[in-house]
Amino acid sequence: MNEERKLIVSSSPHIRTPRSTRAIMLDVIIALLPALVMSVVMFGVDPLIVTAVSVISCVVFEFLYRKLLKKPGGVGDLSAVVTGMLLAFCMPPTADNWWLAIIGAFFAIVVVKQLFGGIGKNILNPALAGRAFLLISYAVRMTTWAPARFQHIDAATAATPLSSLHAGQLVDGEFNAVFDMLIGNIGGCLGEVSALALLLGGAWLVYRKVISLRIPVTYIGTVAVLTLIFPRGNNALFWMLQNLLSGGLMLGAIFMATDYCTSPVTPKGQLIYGVGCGLLTVLIRYFGSYPEGVSFAILVMNLCAWLIDQHTAPRRFGVVGKKTKAKKEDAKA
Amino acid sequence: MLFKSHGGVHPNDMKAPANEAVITTIPQPPQVVIPMSQHIGAPCTPLVAVGDEVKLGQKIGEAKAPVSAPIHASVSGKVVAIEPHLNNLGNMVTSVVIENDFKDTPAETMVPAPAEALESPEQIADIVREAGIVGMGGATFPTAFKITSGWGKVDTVIINGAECEPYINSDYRTMVEHPEELLKGIALIMKACKVDKAYFGIELNKKFAIDLLNFKGAKQMGIEIVPLKCQYPQGAEKTLIKTITGREVPPGGLPAAVGCNVFNTFTAYSVYRACYEGWPAIERVVTVAGSAIADPKNVKVRVGTSMEWVFEQTGGFAKEPWKIIMGGPMMGMAQYDLEVPCGKGTASLLAFAGDEDKTVADPVCIRCGQCVDGCPMNLQPIYMYMYQQKGDVEMLQKLNIMDCVECGSCSYICPGRLHLTHAFKTGKAMVQAHLAALKAKEEAEKAKAEAEAAAKAEPAKEEKKEEK
Repeated sequence: MNEERKLIVSSSPHIRTPRSTRAIMLDVIIALLPALVMSVVMFGVDPLIVTAVSVISCVVFEFLYRKLLKKPGGVGDLSAVVTGMLLAFCMPPTADNWWLAIIGAFFAIVVVKQLFGGIGKNILNPALAGRAFLLISYAVRMTTWAPARFQHIDAATAATPLSSLHAGQLVDGEFNAVFDMLIGNIGGCLGEVSALALLLGGAWLVYRKVISLRIPVTYIGTVAVLTLIFPRGNNALFWMLQNLLSGGLMLGAIFMATDYCTSPVTPKGQLIYGVGCGLLTVLIRYFGSYPEGVSFAILVMNLCAWLIDQHTAPRRFGVVGKKTKAKKEDAKA
Repeated sequence: MLFKSHGGVHPNDMKAPANEAVITTIPQPPQVVIPMSQHIGAPCTPLVAVGDEVKLGQKIGEAKAPVSAPIHASVSGKVVAIEPHLNNLGNMVTSVVIENDFKDTPAETMVPAPAEALESPEQIADIVREAGIVGMGGATFPTAFKITSGWGKVDTVIINGAECEPYINSDYRTMVEHPEELLKGIALIMKACKVDKAYFGIELNKKFAIDLLNFKGAKQMGIEIVPLKCQYPQGAEKTLIKTITGREVPPGGLPAAVGCNVFNTFTAYSVYRACYEGWPAIERVVTVAGSAIADPKNVKVRVGTSMEWVFEQTGGFAKEPWKIIMGGPMMGMAQYDLEVPCGKGTASLLAFAGDEDKTVADPVCIRCGQCVDGCPMNLQPIYMYMYQQKGDVEMLQKLNIMDCVECGSCSYICPGRLHLTHAFKTGKAMVQAHLAALKAKEEAEKAKAEAEAAAKAEPAKEEKKEEK
C-alpha cells in the first residue's frame, strides 16, 4: 500500500440494523401518544402537567445518577422518557398530585432501575414498581379520581368502573358503559382510561415489530376466558368486556408486561408469562383487597421471568422432540 | 410456493445497482499471488520451483490428503517467488508468486473432457477434484470429496442460489448470463452424486433468474427451482436444507446425515467449466460494491489478483473507506492489507465509508430477545453472551454454543449493539480449548495409570522368571 489508509478490522457482521435502542424507545413514545391525547380530551390540561413532571424527573434522576457515579451511557436511549410516561399514565389525572410523580420517578429510576445496574438489568418494571410504591404510600391520593369531562355525574370525584367491578357490580347502561370505556369517558388513571387509544398504540408497536403479539394476546386472552367462565352479575359477556376495558389491563398488557427487560425472551416463555399475568390479575381482582390486580400481577411475573426463560429454551435445531425420540427408541427396542 | 425458514433477520438487500451490471473482465494484474491453501483441509505443496515457466491452468500445488483440492496457475508466466503471504483469514500462507506474461498460454490439460467421461459419476468426481473445485460460496469445502463421501447416503442435491447476503450479485449475474451452462453444471453434479432430483433454491429478489431458469428447461432436467422468501440466513446450509426438505441436520452433523448435499451456484457453474471447457478453478465472478465504491459492478477476477488491483481496475474509491471486506457483509472477513489476493471463494469485495456497522462506545443489552427470535439455530444468544463474558465454559456448552453457525443475525438485529457473534466465535474457541484440556488431562492420567500398572507388573514378572 502506497498511501496510508486507516482500516478497521472487526468480527463479522459488518452491517447492523438501523433500529437502535433509541429508535425502539421512540416507537414506544409514539405509541403512547394517542392515550395521552385522549386523556387531555377527557381531563383537560392536568394530565399533561403530571406527565411532564414525571418525564422530566425520570430523565433528571437518570442523568444525575449516571453522571454522579461516573457510569457510561446516559439518557440518550430515551428509556427514562418511556418510564416517565408510563409512570404518569398510572397516576390519577389531577395536577395537584404533581409532587407524587417526582417521588414515584425517584423510586422507579434510582431504586428500581439504576441500583440494579440500569437499563436491561432491573428485575422489576420501573414504572409499575413506582406506581406500586405510590399506591401503598399514598393510597388515598392515588385512588381519588376526577370525573371525565363527558361523564354524567355531578360529584367532584367519581367511582371508577373498576371499583364497581370489584364490588361485583356491572356498570349501568351496559352498552354505553362499554363504549365509554373504549374511548375513555370514565374515571381512572391518567393514561389507562381509553382502551381504544391504547389498542391503537399497541397496533403501532406490533406493526413496527417492537413487540410480538405473544404477551398481550395471552394476557388479555386469559383474563377474557376466566371472566367469561366465572362472571359476576347477570351478563357474562358484558362482565368480560368491562373487565377487559377497565383499569390498567390494556396499558399493562400492551405496554407494561411487554417491557423487554422484565419479561422472558423465549417465545414459549412469553406465552407462559402472559397467561401467568392474566391469571394473577383475575385472582387479585376477584379475591384481593385492591380493586386493581394488573400492577401486582405483572410485578410478580417480573420476578419469574428468569426462571421461565431457563425452562423454556427453544428446541435445539436438528434434535427431534423428546416424545418422537422416545417413540423411535421404543420402536427400536 | 413460499418457504419460510425459522429465525432470521431482514437486512436491506442492497443488491442495486450492481445487480444490473453485466459481468465484465478487468485487465490482468502484472503479478498474481496464489496461496497454497484455498480450501478446508490439507494445504498443498508447490509443484513448481522459482524460475519455472508456467502455463495458464497448469497445476502448481497438490496435496495427497483426501480432503484437499489442487491449485492451478491463473495466468501464464514465470514463478518469481514461493514465500509466505498474508491471506484473507489473516494468516501467512505459502504462496506461489507468478509474473504474468499476458499471453494466457493454456496448459495441455485445459481441454474439454471426453463425452463418455461425463457419463460416469467416478470420472466426473475425478475431473472436479483435478480442477480444484471447492465450495465457492466461501466455505471452500473440497467439492469432489463432498460428492464421493455422499455416495450411498445422499438422495437429494440442493443448489444454493439464495445469495442471501446483502450486496453480493455474483451468483445472480451467473444465473442470468450463463443459465444453460449453469443447468448443465447442475446436471453433472446430479449425475456425480448419483441422484436424479435437484432443488435449486433462489430468493425471490432474483425473480428474473427464477423465470429465466424455468424458461431454459430446468424442470425437464429434473431441477426444481424453489423460490425462497428473502430472509437472512436463507442460504446457510442447514437453514436451506430445512427450508427446502423440512429435514434438520443434527448438531455437529453434515448434510449427508439427512441425505442432502448442498452446492453453491458458482460451484455448479465451475463444474460445468471444468467438464465442458477444461477450465480449472482459477477465475471467480466478484461483486465489487459498498458505500465507498465509485462504480459498483461484477467482474471476472483471476485467483491470486490482489484486492488493490481489483479496486483500482473497477474505478477505485469514491470516498475514503474505513472498512474493506472480503466476502459478504454478514460473514465476510474484514481486511487490513489490500495486497491480500482474491481466492476461489471470493464472491465479493466490499468497501464501506458510511455508518454501516453502527458501533457504539458502550453496548448495552436491553433484553429485547430479538436475538432469540432471529437465531436460525434456535439458540439463546442473550444468555450465551452473558456466560461468555463470565467465561463460564460449562454453561456455554449447556447452551449449545457449538451449534452456532456464526451467521451474524444476532449481532445484526441487536438494538443495544452488542458484539454477539464476536463473543460466540471466542466462546467456541474457549469451549474447544476446554475440551482439549480435559482430553489431555484424561490421557495423561490414563498414561500415568498404565505406567504404574506396568511398573507393578514388571517386578512380578521378574520374580516369576527367577522362580523358573
